[in-house]
Amino acid sequence: MAGNDSSRIDVQKTYKLFIGGAFPRSESGRTYQLKDSKGNHLANPCLASRKDLRDAVVVARGALAGWSGATAYNRGQILYRMAEILEGRTSQLVTEICALEGVTARAATLQVQESIDLLVWYAGWSDKISALAGSTNPVSGPFYNFSIPEPIGVVAIFAAAKPSLLNFVGAIASVITSGNTAIVIAAEKFPLPAITFAECMATSDLPGGVVNVLTGFSSELVPWVASHMDIDAIDASGLTPKALKEVQIAGVQNLKRIKVHTSVKAEQRILDFMEIKTVWHPIGI
Amino acid sequence: MSTFDYAPALESTAIVSIAERYGLFINGKFVAPKSGKYFPTINPATEKVLAKIASANSADVDLAVAAARAAYVKVWSKMPAAERGKYLFRIARIIQERSREFAVLESLDNGKPIRESRDTDIPLAAAHFFYHAGWADKLQYSGNGASPKPLGVVGQIIPWNFPMLMLAWKVAPALATGNTVVLKPAETTSLTALLFAEVCQQAGLPEGVVNIITGAGGTGALLVNHPGIDKVAFTGSTEVGKLIATSIAGSKKSATLELGGKAANIIYDDAAIDEAVEGIVNGIFFNQGHVCCAGSRLLVQENVHEEVLAKLKVRMGHIRLGNPLDKNTDIGAINSAAQLAKIKELSAAGDSEGAERWSAPCELPSQGFWFPPTIFTGVSQTHRIAREEIFGPVLSLLTFRTPQEAVEKANNTPYGLSAGIWTDKGSKILWTASKLRAGVIWANTFNKFDPASPFGGYKESGWGREGGRHGLSAYLKASN
Repeated sequence: MAGNDSSRIDVQKTYKLFIGGAFPRSESGRTYQLKDSKGNHLANPCLASRKDLRDAVVVARGALAGWSGATAYNRGQILYRMAEILEGRTSQLVTEICALEGVTARAATLQVQESIDLLVWYAGWSDKISALAGSTNPVSGPFYNFSIPEPIGVVAIFAAAKPSLLNFVGAIASVITSGNTAIVIAAEKFPLPAITFAECMATSDLPGGVVNVLTGFSSELVPWVASHMDIDAIDASGLTPKALKEVQIAGVQNLKRIKVHTSVKAEQRILDFMEIKTVWHPIGI
Repeated sequence: MSTFDYAPALESTAIVSIAERYGLFINGKFVAPKSGKYFPTINPATEKVLAKIASANSADVDLAVAAARAAYVKVWSKMPAAERGKYLFRIARIIQERSREFAVLESLDNGKPIRESRDTDIPLAAAHFFYHAGWADKLQYSGNGASPKPLGVVGQIIPWNFPMLMLAWKVAPALATGNTVVLKPAETTSLTALLFAEVCQQAGLPEGVVNIITGAGGTGALLVNHPGIDKVAFTGSTEVGKLIATSIAGSKKSATLELGGKAANIIYDDAAIDEAVEGIVNGIFFNQGHVCCAGSRLLVQENVHEEVLAKLKVRMGHIRLGNPLDKNTDIGAINSAAQLAKIKELSAAGDSEGAERWSAPCELPSQGFWFPPTIFTGVSQTHRIAREEIFGPVLSLLTFRTPQEAVEKANNTPYGLSAGIWTDKGSKILWTASKLRAGVIWANTFNKFDPASPFGGYKESGWGREGGRHGLSAYLKASN
């Protein structure tokens, strides 16, 4: 991207994957050429492979016990921290969004601000969703019976396209605020804000592996995500109807919970990736 | 000390009248099937034919779905919610009034002990209608937005293990939320569903709100694939559940699936052992073990496993197997020859894989389908009897040393429906419950059910919940 001073050669960023808290290149060594909205070369982001996905699932599963076992207060603070860091990255993200989405700087700024506020909104849900979605149940007998929502596990996200940062941030925040870990496949044409946001996550005390970001062609990764037996659920909001059906069929193998969302800001998004657990205990002396 | 001789106490069947032949219940009336075909339903305790049941074909399914659609559009979706609820209250009351009739019929058709059909299945079925009746005009408080909407026509397929209770689990929430229903009972246990059709008539339920079509799996597939339904609700095997999920992929239909299980029942060394033994027996031998949430994997802490096993064998020796209509009976008949064959096949696999079988010494009747209460010891995690759902009175005993190992073994299954925990230490209960990946956890109890308590599984045990506030979302379009 061009700097302000035309006499200086700016230092361009290599956009890499985000797996286990590190920024590796694709194991495949592949990249793809990304153009801006006017057709000019912008970057060579990584073209993630099936094996990158598998690596990401392994670290996401590994991070699950720690993240879901963290206090809701702690998770909320980390999501809030992500908002703090994102605030400081606004200008970089505005540049990337303008280049990729072809929107005005004002529109891009509003998108970044909305993304920051959305993170704050989901941060606040971490320690409230259980009170909202849980219950004590008046069963007919001498039993104490309660239901609580729990994170479902490892969630794969096919992030929706424009507005790319907002969709990306909303999908991640709604999945991890409850304690899930995630593998996010960034929208194919909008990987730069995704990776820049990954840099925010990497500096927000978010434990490595809680969120993993892959860039590349979702059509290539769809069959492997859908059939991976260690992925518990999929946010398929970014998929075409045809790809959604493919994911639904292959996902039957382990009965993945597959959800599609149209609203980026909804408590239902959190609940869609939680399971209700009900516990019974006798009352007596 | 002398003991009293055993004296049977048979429940009379006089209260039940079974027709020779049953049609389909479509649009409020019993009609002959377009297929013209009928199949027999038998009493699994005697193998005698009880009645002939209609086998619905695609023309019959079309009629039932059309009736449900018309009732949805013209009547049920327009009715004030409070009035809708009053129909459900009526149904609950009529089931209570006719509960003994239902219980006897259930035991005849299913083979389950009258003690269970009378004290568990039918009272709970009535309770489900009563509970959901009260929700009908309070859906805006159910956590589904300010004005949640019904989905439309729901296709429901239920299993043979709790025929009337599963009907209630399906029909009550669907109607309370304003949907209409086409229900297919299991082919070996249709009779109580057909008696329920009569209850709908007595309640004056508008025609077409509930339609009941009978038949085998083929009829169920026709219902699932019918373009006129908006949702599928299924309880049954994980195998069939996956077929259903596959066939609705890419469609607008949603699904609730209540599937199989292989529940761990964890006995810690500080448990009240005598109570735990009762819980183990209830966990696996209730309803002949035909229970998706049965505690079929017994995980006992190693230092008490000899004591637990010895006491369990003594207790199993007192289980009374026999005539389902005998009020003393603990274990009734296996529901079908096919299910008996499956139980025998898996048990034989237990033998051949090196586990040690012990069955309680009890005499099996010469007619009907029976399997004695059985426990396998020396079971390893890889054995089929530790991995596959047997759906019979067969328990596999494994041991563990630490709570971490117990949890690891308990979760080492693709299923996640239920689990049991036995310990006198509260913090250990809550720690274990939080680690178990299962939808229903029974601590110091087992196999408890209530309409106010959400039921359903993690992982491959299914999608969604039934019962409680959480079960309502399965039948509602949330509004934001």
